[in-house]
Amino acid sequence: MSRKPFVSLWVRGLALATLCALVAGVQAAPDPRAGRVVVKYWEKWNGFEADAMRAVVDDFNQSQNRIWVDYSSVSQIDRRLMLAIAGGVPPDIAGVWGLSIPVYSENNALTPLDKLAAEKGIGPDRYIPVFWDTCRHEGHLWGLPSTPTTLALVYNKKMFREAGLDPERPPRSIAELEAFNEKLLRRSPDGGIEAIGFLPEEPGWWNGLWGYWWGGEMLRDGKVNVGSPEIRSAYEWVQSYPERFGVRELLAFRDGFGNYASPQNPFFNGRVAMVLQGVWIHNFIQNYAPPDFEWGVAPFPSFDPARHPDVTLADCDMLVIPAGAKHPREAFEFIAYVNSPGPMEKLCLGQLKFSPLATSSPEFLARHPHPHLRAFSDLAWSPNARRYPVTSTWTAYQSEMRNAVSRIWSGNADAGTALATVEQRQQKNLDRAAARWTRMAPVLKKLWKDTSP
Amino acid sequence: MTGGERRDLATGLAFISPWIIGFLAFCAYPVASSVWFSFCDYSVLSPAVPIGAQNYIDLANDEVFWTALWNTLFFSAVAIPLGILVALALAILLNFDIPGRGVFRTIFFLPSLVPMVCLAVLWQWLLNGEVGLLNNVLNVPLEALNALLGTSLAAPNWLADARYAKWGLVFTVVWGVGNAVVIFLAGLQDVPRHLYESAEIDGAGFWQKTLHITLPVLSPVIYFNLVMGLIGSFQVFAVPYVMTGGGDGPERSLLFLATYLYQNAFDFWNMGYACAIGVILFLLILACTLVLRSLSERHVHYAGK
Repeated sequence: MSRKPFVSLWVRGLALATLCALVAGVQAAPDPRAGRVVVKYWEKWNGFEADAMRAVVDDFNQSQNRIWVDYSSVSQIDRRLMLAIAGGVPPDIAGVWGLSIPVYSENNALTPLDKLAAEKGIGPDRYIPVFWDTCRHEGHLWGLPSTPTTLALVYNKKMFREAGLDPERPPRSIAELEAFNEKLLRRSPDGGIEAIGFLPEEPGWWNGLWGYWWGGEMLRDGKVNVGSPEIRSAYEWVQSYPERFGVRELLAFRDGFGNYASPQNPFFNGRVAMVLQGVWIHNFIQNYAPPDFEWGVAPFPSFDPARHPDVTLADCDMLVIPAGAKHPREAFEFIAYVNSPGPMEKLCLGQLKFSPLATSSPEFLARHPHPHLRAFSDLAWSPNARRYPVTSTWTAYQSEMRNAVSRIWSGNADAGTALATVEQRQQKNLDRAAARWTRMAPVLKKLWKDTSP
Repeated sequence: MTGGERRDLATGLAFISPWIIGFLAFCAYPVASSVWFSFCDYSVLSPAVPIGAQNYIDLANDEVFWTALWNTLFFSAVAIPLGILVALALAILLNFDIPGRGVFRTIFFLPSLVPMVCLAVLWQWLLNGEVGLLNNVLNVPLEALNALLGTSLAAPNWLADARYAKWGLVFTVVWGVGNAVVIFLAGLQDVPRHLYESAEIDGAGFWQKTLHITLPVLSPVIYFNLVMGLIGSFQVFAVPYVMTGGGDGPERSLLFLATYLYQNAFDFWNMGYACAIGVILFLLILACTLVLRSLSERHVHYAGK
């Protein structure tokens, strides 16, 4: 056979096969969405967290024949959502962070859910109080929780044992934390740091909120409150790190750290013994820590544990209906479904988190593989479970706090100076946002009252 | 205008209409609306409220804006001349008739094919203070010096130290000069050989030929690279954004005008303020380009003139 007819035969065969496959595919799979209202759902998760939600979506789609939830993972959801809403083509449901509720609602980006929730009998008694509070802003309900977290002290028991500390007795106050820190510190012969007990900068995700463990508030009566003695004392503690351990030594030590989600995470490879982390840490330990990694969880020590015991930051992911969504009622059907006990537990089990609902079934607790689930979920009930500061300017405020810590950390500013800069800049920002809100509030409140579905 | 001319005009306009429509919709309209929004309090989702020049007054009093502006100017002032020098030097070297010239040219061009995000991640590791390749190399002579003089010199933590972060970024960006090298090489092919030959007869050496023949003939190409470099470095965003993990570096040392614009628009919901930064960035680039243009009349030689 010459080459040319062979190639042509091959091409034709391929075309025929493709056509057959297409026809068979079209015939074999009737569109499952036919005749249903299609609800678009954007979620920020990927990996196993996305899979857990996908399973719940599949259950919902099979449980009835009226609504089809079209689920997709979207990166940088904050920005895309903002632009999609502005462009008038938002999804019907979006998974956002709890801390975004003030800025989204004040900018008229969300649909108020008060009436829809009342129709379904969804109210505060269903939830752990701090999570219900996160859903509300300016007298309205803006979302319902998907999965929650709290922050706690997570520590490496093996490092405790090697340093002569009792692995079952984590520190209970900042003073104890620092005493442990000294014992866990290992220096190399040339004075460099090899291992340390604790570093506020590792991973440093809540650098703006250390004041919580001193009993401080980031906002008080509409004012930036970083000048208060509690917040100041917290950042003097942060300042003590470069002073005690050396700016250059700490920089060099931290530069040797790998990515969070890697075996080179300094907590997993035994360079930092204690970290402030959320309930998700279990999953990362399973994936990246050595097999013999032994760990414990306790409330993160506060400055004065007698006055402020069990301080934590509690936050939850949130399901919201963006303003201008085409099918708000159908969207809420799904949100309400996720917020019923069975599906919620399936989701939280899949994501290895605790449930934001006030009661968890015994089966959920028995089946849950997280060895320290209770430590995290108990903290959510603590009277000192705090939320992100409720202001539409928190992202800017937080970025300013990070910069303050960066200045303190490099030894270029003391805590007082750095916080004074934050106060001066962020108060201006807060005032500007307040002016915008004063202008918008009457219009928006009327709009929400008149048009809420 | 006669009927025929009018028809020709209509046909001409019809043919260039894809460009005209594209330009009006995706360039002129956004620019015009940015200028308008820069005079408004605007958060994208709530209606824009005109507030006069308030955004510009706030910018003038915003230390962070001045930091971003200073960082941008500093970076441009260092990265543009350095980039052009390196690119020109490489182009001249790669223009020598040596064996394997094609291979060398390819090697120097390759980095400019690396996507910006990969470039940033790669250099993040190269510049790492503890395990980075650059510091491993630097530490050898530094340790020798320390042993000799009893000093305690150490290579800096490039990206973690506010004093060095911008230099780290300059290295990263200069590494990707391949594009400019190729443009210079093309320019070098255009230098008439007979000029070199007559200079050689007059006894000119390599430096004299470079200074009096190559550079003047290349000046339009240098000018082009200068303008492109200027626009590029004033808009620097992706590489520092990735290198800092979406932040602005230690003590805002890697905060540039484009980063601050982005933060205000998409993180802080201050689109009006971001538009004002955009307008200032535009005016700044425009002014610099105009200055360069006026300089070019004296220093750039076009063969046709």
